[in-house]
Amino acid sequence: MSAAPAYSEDKGGSAGPGEPEYGHDPASGGIFSSDYKRHDDLKEMLDTNKDSLKLEAMKRIVAMIARGKNASDLFPAVVKNVACKNIEDPNQLIRASALRVLSSIRVPIIVPIMMLAIKEAASDMSPYVRKTAAHAIPKLYSLDSDQKDQLIEVIEKLLADKTTLVAGSVVMAFEEVCPERIDLIHKNYRKLCNLLIDVEEWGQVVIISMLTRYARTQFLSPTQNESLLEENAEKAFYGSEEDEAKGAGSEETAAASLPARKPYIMDPDHRLLLRNTKPLLQSRSAAVVMAVAQLYFHLAPKAEVGVIAKALVRLLRSHSEVQYVVLQNVATMSIKRRGMFEPYLKSFYIRSTDPTQIKILKLEVLTNLANETNIPTVLREFQTYIRSMDKDFVAATIQAIGRCATNIGRVRDTCLNGLVQLLSNRDELVVAESVVVIKKLLQMQPAQHGEIIKHLAKLTDNIQVPMARASILWLIGEYCEHVPRIAPDVLRKMAKTFTAEEDIVKLQVINLAAKLYLTNSKQTKLLTQYVLSLAKYDQNYDIRDRARFTRQLIVPSEQGGALSRHAKKLFLAPKPAPVLESSFKDRDHFQLGSLSHLLNAKATGYQELPDWPEEAPDPSVRNVEVPEWTKCSNREKRKEKEKPFYSDSEGESGPTESADSDPESESESDSKSSSESGSGESSSESDNEDQDEDEEKGRGSESEQSEEDGKRKTKKKKVPEGKEASSSDEDSDSSSSTSESEMTSESEEEQLEPASWRRKTPPSSKRAPATKEISLLDLEDFTPPSVQPVSPPAIVSTSLAADLEGLTLTDSTLVPSLLSPVSRVGRQELLHRVAGEGLVVDYTFSRQPFSGDPHMVSVHIHFSNSSDTPIKGLHVGTPKLPAGIGIQEFPEIESLAPGESATAVMGINFCDSTQAANFQLCTQTRQFYVSIQPPVGELMAPVFMSENEFKKEQGKLMGMNEITEKLMLPDTCRSDHTVVQKVTATANLGRVPCGTSDEYRFAGRTLTSGSLVLLTLDARPAGAAQLTVNSEKMVIGTMLVKDVIQALTQ
Amino acid sequence: MIHSLFLINCSGDIFLEKHWKSVVSQSVCDYFFEAQEKAADVENVPPVISTPHHYLISIYRDKLFFVSVIQTEVPPLFVIEFLHRVADTFQDYFGECSEAAIKDNVVIVYELLEEMLDNGFPLATESNILKELIKPPTILRSVVNSITGSSNVGDTLPTGQLSNIPWRRAGVKYTNNEAYFDVVEEIDAIIDKSGSTVFAEIQGVIDACIKLSGMPDLSLSFMNPRLLDDVSFHPCIRFKRWESERVLSFIPPDGNFRLISYRVSSQNLVAIPVYVKHSISFKENSSCGRFDITIGPKQNMGKTIEGITVTVHMPKVVLNMNLTTTQGSYTFDPVTKVLTWDVGKITPQKLPSLKGLVNLQSGAPKPEENPSLNIQFKIQQLAISGLKVNRLDMYGEKYKPFKGVKYVTKAGKFQEDVGGDFFSIGEYHLTAAHCNSKGRKLQ
Repeated sequence: MSAAPAYSEDKGGSAGPGEPEYGHDPASGGIFSSDYKRHDDLKEMLDTNKDSLKLEAMKRIVAMIARGKNASDLFPAVVKNVACKNIEDPNQLIRASALRVLSSIRVPIIVPIMMLAIKEAASDMSPYVRKTAAHAIPKLYSLDSDQKDQLIEVIEKLLADKTTLVAGSVVMAFEEVCPERIDLIHKNYRKLCNLLIDVEEWGQVVIISMLTRYARTQFLSPTQNESLLEENAEKAFYGSEEDEAKGAGSEETAAASLPARKPYIMDPDHRLLLRNTKPLLQSRSAAVVMAVAQLYFHLAPKAEVGVIAKALVRLLRSHSEVQYVVLQNVATMSIKRRGMFEPYLKSFYIRSTDPTQIKILKLEVLTNLANETNIPTVLREFQTYIRSMDKDFVAATIQAIGRCATNIGRVRDTCLNGLVQLLSNRDELVVAESVVVIKKLLQMQPAQHGEIIKHLAKLTDNIQVPMARASILWLIGEYCEHVPRIAPDVLRKMAKTFTAEEDIVKLQVINLAAKLYLTNSKQTKLLTQYVLSLAKYDQNYDIRDRARFTRQLIVPSEQGGALSRHAKKLFLAPKPAPVLESSFKDRDHFQLGSLSHLLNAKATGYQELPDWPEEAPDPSVRNVEVPEWTKCSNREKRKEKEKPFYSDSEGESGPTESADSDPESESESDSKSSSESGSGESSSESDNEDQDEDEEKGRGSESEQSEEDGKRKTKKKKVPEGKEASSSDEDSDSSSSTSESEMTSESEEEQLEPASWRRKTPPSSKRAPATKEISLLDLEDFTPPSVQPVSPPAIVSTSLAADLEGLTLTDSTLVPSLLSPVSRVGRQELLHRVAGEGLVVDYTFSRQPFSGDPHMVSVHIHFSNSSDTPIKGLHVGTPKLPAGIGIQEFPEIESLAPGESATAVMGINFCDSTQAANFQLCTQTRQFYVSIQPPVGELMAPVFMSENEFKKEQGKLMGMNEITEKLMLPDTCRSDHTVVQKVTATANLGRVPCGTSDEYRFAGRTLTSGSLVLLTLDARPAGAAQLTVNSEKMVIGTMLVKDVIQALTQ
Repeated sequence: MIHSLFLINCSGDIFLEKHWKSVVSQSVCDYFFEAQEKAADVENVPPVISTPHHYLISIYRDKLFFVSVIQTEVPPLFVIEFLHRVADTFQDYFGECSEAAIKDNVVIVYELLEEMLDNGFPLATESNILKELIKPPTILRSVVNSITGSSNVGDTLPTGQLSNIPWRRAGVKYTNNEAYFDVVEEIDAIIDKSGSTVFAEIQGVIDACIKLSGMPDLSLSFMNPRLLDDVSFHPCIRFKRWESERVLSFIPPDGNFRLISYRVSSQNLVAIPVYVKHSISFKENSSCGRFDITIGPKQNMGKTIEGITVTVHMPKVVLNMNLTTTQGSYTFDPVTKVLTWDVGKITPQKLPSLKGLVNLQSGAPKPEENPSLNIQFKIQQLAISGLKVNRLDMYGEKYKPFKGVKYVTKAGKFQEDVGGDFFSIGEYHLTAAHCNSKGRKLQ
């Protein structure tokens, strides 16, 4: 890979003149062929299947580059070989990285290769690789947008994926490539809702914001009837039926109009979305909380929106940037839904340590929240703010007081008085801001405020802030009839300083002069003319224009002057009071939480939030019919060991599903549409849903069980039963050819085992007495008879039984011996009836992981009392053990009545040796010396690995660690079934999938040291066979070979 | 989504840039500098700036600006959250998130940034996964690397990425298995001049330090879980368990992490552990004023209040202060006009006080506003809300872990800088806002 970019860099490189390169180039063989042809030859070599030829070609290309030749046209061929090779690596992480690297090369020439690789990876069996494929989609799209249609196909396929790992990434790709294709979401809507909680945080944000848009197009507005309710909010509030009945006539008509409309019933899918996003309000990520909050704001019925307030208030303690964004959104929300934040009013109180931009936003929110009841508190708070040292903030506070005064009539006078007092403040900025706000307030009721205007007029001597001066002048001009004596004097003063004033003051001086001229021309005519003359020669053309315009208007000129007759009307028209409103008003037409909302301007790539539809679109588009099981062929081939945790991902996403085979998810998400016929499918499904409910995040509530048996087991329970039904379906489908069915069963085994685990079997019954039979019955042995296997009996055909046997042979580490046959060594006697004086003790190797310690072999001890007196206090006495061997005793059995029997489990760590564990078995009266010697096959536990891994590991265990024996298989022992059965009965190993039919591979690890034990049986046609065991533990290897041969040749 | 990232220090140097798509010229940062100049104060730089072709979203952490370049619509919090995650990761890797640390480890920084974003979309942000991919620097390793020329890129495959619990690595092993929980509560309060509480609430966090082998499954239960009004969880916590049983059940990440943060509603009366008696007055037409504050314990539940610091932002006209203190020491910075009084412990017998004269600029008018006091303190072994951990159970592993819970109450209004050391988490202020004596102007 690393070599690849070098080619493009070398594009410009030129060959040294006269260099005898052709002679050195074996491809051209010294003949003067053209460059083009020679490269063709190399390309051909690179395209062959033979590694040796490819290698040769690569070497020559490197040599060419070294000599400065341009090899750029070979770039795709090289990329294909280097990257594509890794793209087929058996390790999913390497496949994913290869795709990531390939898709990061921004060279148009590799578009086709990238496209192929993405398509391939999108149907990979590893969810991680599929996730990487989803990431690669926007990269390819930005490289070549002509690929859109093909990419949409891939997106569609990946959207159907039901692993949490993929969901976030593919929705991100969807948003970048085809956000308008909302129809692609229908079928996946319910699944996405259900997966949401388990998706990683970044994915959650993207999915929630996409679903908000989706819901806006597909559901009806939950508030459509509320507008009517609002009209008589009182009644809605107390909304009992009695009230309605008693209500006055007007109310009755309003009430009558309600039922006339179709009553609103929320679409269950709409509800599903609201319900599933709500827990995310408690996410630690501010982005997720905000995403949910905006979803609720845009989609939830009014009564439910309130839940988001608490979470948003919590974010106010986060970093200041987070506060900034959250407060912007709260400001918008608080205009529409004031009630929601009212209980949290105090959380928006401002601290002296807040940055100014935060203070101003909090002020905005406080102002929005102020109402008749809380205004005293709010004003008291504002009062403290005015004394802040932060002047910008003080100015904003004064503005806020002004807004409160206009919005709440009751406090208008109080506020006005307060502001007037501020006019005597020492700080000029405060005074100036107050003047501006007072001006706005006075406009509402000028008549009563002659005094204030006089006061303001006096301020013109001191105040220097232009905006304040301008405001005062405007006020005096506008209400000059209230201050007839002062106004001309003010104009006189202003005329004196006219040239030194700021532009906006000058404009207001002209304005004042004109108004005075019209009302009091006697006193002010000269002053006005003086001012206008000064303005005529001002440097600012705006002022010159205004002066000319005013003069024409007010001074009657010779030519008629039709306008001047109306001058009074023009200048002294009653002007409406300004409305002081929040700058956040109506910002909610942008989707909240978005960049566009924050900037209050449409950002590139912003997707409009659509309006609710008038009529609900067909809700059935989201129904998912159960499709036929489609088989994914490369899935079996690529079967790999999954991380233990992966498999518990959650109910609906097992580890082995590939993107394009998803009957489970369909049936799962389709819970509403599936019939209640009691078929296996639907029952398993409802089970599954319950599971989802109690097992938050799919990690499950395992406390009860996990106390008894290790967590690994309980984890397994989470794979839904639904899978069993479908997998058995597949089994019967595929059983036509034996080889195929075997392959299938391998892939299914992980699904099936968990299914059996899921039957909530109490732990004790799992350790049921072992039987030697290997059949489906075995499986049922572990389940209480009351709970039948989920698949209907009809499906359990003979072929299924055969398949299941195959299944049982390939175990994963997680559930080592669940379905595996029990040890060939059946019940063994520990204490004979005679020696034990009536106490009979047997033991079996259960092959289950010992819950306490994974290094221990779990041994089931069966006691039965054949004497006629009760045996009391059965326990293990002080063991005398060889070094390394450890025993986990069973809990004391208090009493065993005559004729009764009991079973106990004990764990023995044999330390990977076949040494016997000697210990005492004590009753109240007697002590018996007993010993347990394990067969070598019981010292290990199966591991699951792929064929490739197996070969790799085997490669490491050669030489001394390899023991090979030849043997003849008897006729009775030539079928797959018997061979596998016999081997696994002898040794607790797991079957490894294998490409060829007459080779059998098994793998396990020794319990104590965890060394690998690999067993290969190569059966040749005539019954000759070769048995190979590779293991670090040579003693174990040798003994195992001996045991297995004995078992096979018996 | 995220196109590029620039790291800018306080003096305005762009000392690191990283591009995930095509290269964006550094000149785009000029818009940022412009906004920074306009804002005067670093805290007031708007986090989102719109430029003709790009949008800049920035955060300010530890005296550094993280400026990201965005080209298309994206939720701003998404980017802000991510940038903070980057800063947290640096902190986690290098012990501090400073220019020097980043420059010293520039290779690792680039490796981290490359893994954290793929084509602008977050890829691996969990510290446990990242540590599998890229090993944090240690002195030994950097010596070895410089000799052998190898890098910090891990040679094992990051299997954690595939897992459903990406926050935990596989194969964790410790000889001493320990689980520590620190319950830290902070009181946010605004107290007016008469000493009555305007606003108070308790914000708490539980920080955990978990060093347990294997895959332990923990459940933590409280004596009084109903106290918790609003809780936010680390993703590892099973939400449904909490909903139904009020038990925190989780498979923990390895190492230090914040388990939950919670709020105890302000409806419950919050006990304020200290009180302050103060009188600050400036005489009209004179260049001096009197300053007198005394601190005493109020409701401290029998615990010692320690680490008390009082910070006062004096008005600009104050030239100097001549004070005497009965306990601790004080400093006054004549440039920033900040008075800091480091009190230490309170002993109820002798209440600490600080009094003396304030020198004002001669001729300047008497300051309009009275300063507000910020008080910091700490009480060990006490969660002021009364929250108590009941028990911690572990399933899934058989060893016996050592468990510990520690309670601390602090005064607090959240600020930046979460130090590695538990006790230095943040600095917190109990803001006492004082009205001056002029009486109500409004109403």
